[in-house]
Amino acid sequence: MPVIARDEIFDKVRQTLVDALSVEADEVTEDATLTGDLGAESIDFLDIVFRLEKTFGIKILQEELIPRDILSNPEYVTDRRLNPAGLQALKQSMPHADLSAFEADPDIDKISDVFTVGTIVRFVESKLRSAA
Amino acid sequence: MRWIWIDRFEEFESGRRAVAVKNVTLAEDHLHDHFPAYAVMPASLMIEGVAQTAGILVGEARGFQEKVILAKIKRAAFHRLVRPGETLRYEAAIEQLTDSAASTVGRITVDGEPVGEVDIVFSHIDQNLSGTEFPQENFVFTDEFMALLKAFRQPAGQKVML
Repeated sequence: MPVIARDEIFDKVRQTLVDALSVEADEVTEDATLTGDLGAESIDFLDIVFRLEKTFGIKILQEELIPRDILSNPEYVTDRRLNPAGLQALKQSMPHADLSAFEADPDIDKISDVFTVGTIVRFVESKLRSAA
Repeated sequence: MRWIWIDRFEEFESGRRAVAVKNVTLAEDHLHDHFPAYAVMPASLMIEGVAQTAGILVGEARGFQEKVILAKIKRAAFHRLVRPGETLRYEAAIEQLTDSAASTVGRITVDGEPVGEVDIVFSHIDQNLSGTEFPQENFVFTDEFMALLKAFRQPAGQKVML
């Protein structure tokens, strides 16, 4: 599979989000969060995953993008917050995400803030690299 | 009130595509209100017809083990009105199917003439809403829906046992 330049990946991710969420292209910035800024609901993630698979010719498992097994594992969650072991597990399973803000306040109800446009772009980049 | 917006399957290729038809008739009460002097098949009910065609296709692909729920209408476009006396043809195809969801594309025609396109994402809800308990029985695929598929698969001339 040929390597695609990051700008091209960003443009295609932007178009995917414009189509899936009916937002304007200029709203889809690197730091925009999918749920907070772009108004995505949980059901939209199913749609976005399908669109990304089609656009980039990749296969995405649900657990790769959203590690629900970590967030629902009682060993990793204390009072609805990820404990240090949970944060470590999350970092390993989401190398494409910038978790610095979440680490400061690891409230699992705020995990959706981790999903920025940049997170999706880096995720696609890593999938394309591993498929190359 | 019955909520079946397809009359018959005409084609059914497991896991791939299905075609169902719906006859539009003035015996349907709602057409007299939509609109009083000019009956038109509501676009929302054509979306429902495509969703039922595609939903049964998606459900059958997993042996009706999943509760298949319409999650999102990705796109719905309509090009012309449909009037009583016409027969709608709903053609649905599975684009993507995973453990948790499915994506379908649908085309609506009357006598080969394009009426609309409806693309849908379905969710297998038991796989998506972790922690939420649903009844064991599959409340999505009622006997009435299953009878449509049985009728299609039954050799011509045989009685359909409901």
